[in-house]
Amino acid sequence: MLLRKLVTVLTLALVAAGTARAELLIRITEGADAAVPIAVVPFAESGNIPPGDKLSTIVRSDLAMSGEFSPLPAEKMLSLPSKREDVFFRDWRLLGQRYVLVGELTRQGDRVSARYELFDVNTEERLLGETAAAPASNLRSLAHHVSDKVYEAITGVPGAFSTKLAYVTLDKFNDKPRYRLQVSDVDGKRARIRLESQEPILSPAWSPDGKKLAYVSFETGKPVIFVHELSSGKRTKAADFPGLNSAPAWSEDGRSLLMTLSKDGNAEIYRMDLATKKLTKITNHWAIDTEASWDHTGNGLFFTSDRSGGPQIYYKESERASPRRITFGSRYNARPRPDNSGNFVYYVHQRDRAFHIARTNLKTGEETILTRTESDESPSVSPNGRMLIYATKQGADSVLTVISADGGAAYSLPASEGDVREPAWGPLVR
Amino acid sequence: MKLSAQSKAFAVLLSAGLFAGCSSTGETQDDGAYGSDVAAIDQEGGSTVYGGDDQAGVSSSAMTEEERMAAQQQAEQQALRDITVFYFDFDTAEIKQEARDVLVAHAQFLANNPGQQVRLEGHADERGTKEYNLALGERRANAVQRFLIVNGASRGQMETISYGEEKPAVMGSSESDWAQNRRVELVFE
Repeated sequence: MLLRKLVTVLTLALVAAGTARAELLIRITEGADAAVPIAVVPFAESGNIPPGDKLSTIVRSDLAMSGEFSPLPAEKMLSLPSKREDVFFRDWRLLGQRYVLVGELTRQGDRVSARYELFDVNTEERLLGETAAAPASNLRSLAHHVSDKVYEAITGVPGAFSTKLAYVTLDKFNDKPRYRLQVSDVDGKRARIRLESQEPILSPAWSPDGKKLAYVSFETGKPVIFVHELSSGKRTKAADFPGLNSAPAWSEDGRSLLMTLSKDGNAEIYRMDLATKKLTKITNHWAIDTEASWDHTGNGLFFTSDRSGGPQIYYKESERASPRRITFGSRYNARPRPDNSGNFVYYVHQRDRAFHIARTNLKTGEETILTRTESDESPSVSPNGRMLIYATKQGADSVLTVISADGGAAYSLPASEGDVREPAWGPLVR
Repeated sequence: MKLSAQSKAFAVLLSAGLFAGCSSTGETQDDGAYGSDVAAIDQEGGSTVYGGDDQAGVSSSAMTEEERMAAQQQAEQQALRDITVFYFDFDTAEIKQEARDVLVAHAQFLANNPGQQVRLEGHADERGTKEYNLALGERRANAVQRFLIVNGASRGQMETISYGEEKPAVMGSSESDWAQNRRVELVFE
């Protein structure tokens, strides 16, 4: 029942609110054609519910962002039920809705609890009924949780709305470049600056538990890989060898990092055990080998190599296996990111003069170009495999764009001033 | 600020390319492409040579000619060394023909001044991926380093760093912008 062709286009604008904070705002710029109609009814409220965006508004925006749903605007609703007895299914059928979500928020001390139910309008069957609670200051997390549950109840796939995004913004401050590593909700809200530097920051990579970021920072004058614990802000230099220290990627157990080092003369891929700092050399070739990423099994890895003359995607079944070339469709294919099902690998693909994001079906070898934009970089797949974020250009500015993983829906996150780049989609954290 | 300096360097390299072509055909006639320093020395040398009209004048003129040649050579080397930015084609690290004379001048200078340090900064244009470009910038810096070593500089005088596509010389996304951003810069310390 899942719709494959989606034409929702949403725009997220990075709006600088004062100097310290910057937020991404979603704006729907194109209606959805084939997305599933769902009515998210404003929740009833009892007790002192904090002001700000309503839970139902956040849920609607989450579901719209996936490209798979078309939420009904509240002003078009004929009634605002908050429990089953008040739901008149005929009304919702009249409005062309497939699903209806109702609920109530209750203040309980420091916390807000949400009781909510999801119904199939045609069968009148209840698909979901749950109570969830969160600190009153954290209504937004509660809303993303509800979105995740609704998404999963309908699609069978866990939602990824409670996940985080990491990205790097670049603007000018006192006439000097200002790079900022930021972490936000997946809808761009609640952005927080984690590192600010006059020198480049790139390649943020999430640890599997979502608690740390590894990244490359030039703050010492050369590329160094740091591991940054988000809760404490504590940072350690993971790799500071002569030459390149770049392209970090975590292992599934969070104990080691794949990285590109050139300490022995040219760019090779290594695995570093983070506890012992012991290095294992994984590639050994005169060519550039970089941009490694583990596959879904945690044993194999994808990487970029120009051993054939130009950059192409290669795969090693294990650290010691000989590499197998994956891409043949054009002369430039780089920065592979596999999804966690083992079905697809996503990468940057040059076709004619343009750089797109493409994916290859690993079972059939079929290659599909997913983007219509032309200066695309840094693909990062959502942990549920349904969405993809990447960096591209809008005029002279770098923006982030989210598309459904099959290339259908798209919305973008432009920066109001300067650039936003290097997106990394965080893991599902339970 | 930085933009115009880079554009100038680019323009200087282009004129040096013209000169390199001339000198390889054996002509030493200066066409003014070097700027005022070289022109002034040429003028002086010229007036001495053509001013002498007796025996004593001839021998003195011969000495002056030697000095003139040495001075001109030094000035040429100096002028070559004013060029510190070297450009590359897309996804290559091959040193271009027109850069070779200039890099040889730098190598000789480094060989003659063992205490001199230089940083080789490799860059790529914005196309393609950031991490691959980081490795490509390093490959370009390494290519220049190898060329300098072959021509007399010692490894200990040099340090290489790649900024990939992070520090473009010029902003913009035209072919000419990209051409100016695919480069290695020599920074003397």
